[in-house]
Amino acid sequence: MNRIRHFAPGIVSVVGFFAVWEIYCRMSGINPLILPPPSQIGAIFFDVALDPRTLRHASITLTETLAGFGLATVIGMTVGWAVAASPLIERAVHPFIVASQVIPKVALVPLFVVWFGFGMTSKIVVAAVIAFFPVLVNTVLGLRSVQPGHADVFHSLKATLWQRIWLLQIPSALPAILAGMEMAIVLATIGAVVGEFLGGSSGLGYMAVATMNAFQTDRLFVIIILLTLIGFVLYAMMAGLKRALVSWSDNQKAGS
Amino acid sequence: MTVAISCQQVSKTYETRNGPVNALSPCDLEISPGEFVVLLGPSGCGKTTLLRMIGRLHDHTSGSLDLTPVEAGETTTGFVFQQANLMPWMTVEENVALPLRLKKQPKATRMETARDLCSRVGLENFTKSWPRELSGGMQQRVSIARALADDPQLLLMDEPFGALDALTRTRMNSELERLWMASGATVVLVTHSITEAIMLADRIVVMSARPGRIVSETRVPFPRPRGTQIENTPEFQAIAADLRSQLEH
Ligand SMILES: Nc1ncnc2c1ncn2[C@@H]1O[C@H](COP(=O)(O)OP(=O)(O)OP(=O)(O)O)[C@@H](O)[C@H]1O
Ligand SMILES: [Mg+2]
Repeated sequence: MNRIRHFAPGIVSVVGFFAVWEIYCRMSGINPLILPPPSQIGAIFFDVALDPRTLRHASITLTETLAGFGLATVIGMTVGWAVAASPLIERAVHPFIVASQVIPKVALVPLFVVWFGFGMTSKIVVAAVIAFFPVLVNTVLGLRSVQPGHADVFHSLKATLWQRIWLLQIPSALPAILAGMEMAIVLATIGAVVGEFLGGSSGLGYMAVATMNAFQTDRLFVIIILLTLIGFVLYAMMAGLKRALVSWSDNQKAGS
Repeated sequence: MTVAISCQQVSKTYETRNGPVNALSPCDLEISPGEFVVLLGPSGCGKTTLLRMIGRLHDHTSGSLDLTPVEAGETTTGFVFQQANLMPWMTVEENVALPLRLKKQPKATRMETARDLCSRVGLENFTKSWPRELSGGMQQRVSIARALADDPQLLLMDEPFGALDALTRTRMNSELERLWMASGATVVLVTHSITEAIMLADRIVVMSARPGRIVSETRVPFPRPRGTQIENTPEFQAIAADLRSQLEH
């Protein structure tokens, strides 16, 4: 009963949204090439979504996203650790960090296409570059949050550098790092799709551009829904990982 | 291997944003192997500072401070901090087993030791809990168990029983005395409680603030193990009155 009451407002508003959309399309007589009604999208959804070609494109986008995310995570954590460990490295890397934060990263996409070609590599690089920043920043933040009292314990027990990294620094930083990874997985999806928009002939981003050029607006909506689903599943997996790894943290129960 | 401590003209000055803070004026303190020394003094007189220097958690500003033979690496130090300092990502028993884990003891044996220590500090039903699920006094007892895990030959304790009720405190005092008698470790314990000091110490070192320094040393003659009944003896009352008057000055 409580659950129903909890989810009811969301369900009602979503159903209402689609109803208004449908009614608007029928009443206004708007050209379906510009805005197809939900019923028309629904009618072709499974045909398009389960078409082997669509699935191949989707799996390419997913691969690019995950590879870019993996790269961003590994490099972001490594650089983050070095920055947190050494003030010298921090000062040396700082201009690049600021630059990489303020530069509109999608502007680099054409450059990556020139360098890495029209295949998957250029999209993986785009996804990694866009997703890298939050991992780096949160790793530094997390490592700085090691409590001096905890460090005293490891110091008094004469822990080695590796023991301090594995048993103190990484667990202390983990909540922040995982929050960064949660942002990174979303950004990596965006990076891969934008990369596909601008260069190449595969992936859901390419499909979106191709259907747009063919004025198949209803199919374009199906692709948008598929991208949304991919984004949602990846985000949910990250959230699950976070819950599993930092179940000891207090603010976990709040569902943050 | 027990540990002797020798402080000669050891002092500490902290450099802060508002200039140097003289936390401890030069002081001399000799502690023999296996001795139980209690540091007693008002808040801010430099007890934690002195204990952290003995534990090599920070450097002394001047003088010489020698630990023999801890430096040779043959012995271990257990440190109970003023805050419990438990790792929130480890369960109670994992926290207690941490010193053994750092020494690469196999998991089965170190967990057995940890559970045994948990029951000695009265937490046998909380071995699988997270630290945040415990009260302040319970957390402090976990940190005591952790300090004892590796069978330390030098035990440095900073107000270990400060967060406990009087009854639990008395129980923990006699448990500590028993453990110390069995291990022969050298102990330096900080407290604000005159009664606790007399119950535990071979020797009580009284400190005073502004500037932090050692003002006197008192030997405690009672035989061991000491029970609460000694509190009613005239000797106990005399020592307590003497300490109280020193602290008031
Ligand atoms: N990290 C620090 N930086 C600057 N000053 C410090 C630092 N730690 C302690 N002090 C100063 O040194 C003096 C002694 O502090 P200390 O913590 O040793 O006192 P204490 O005897 O342990 O007091 P309490 O009984 O309240 O724990 C205090 O005046 C304090 O302000
Ligand atoms: Mg103190």
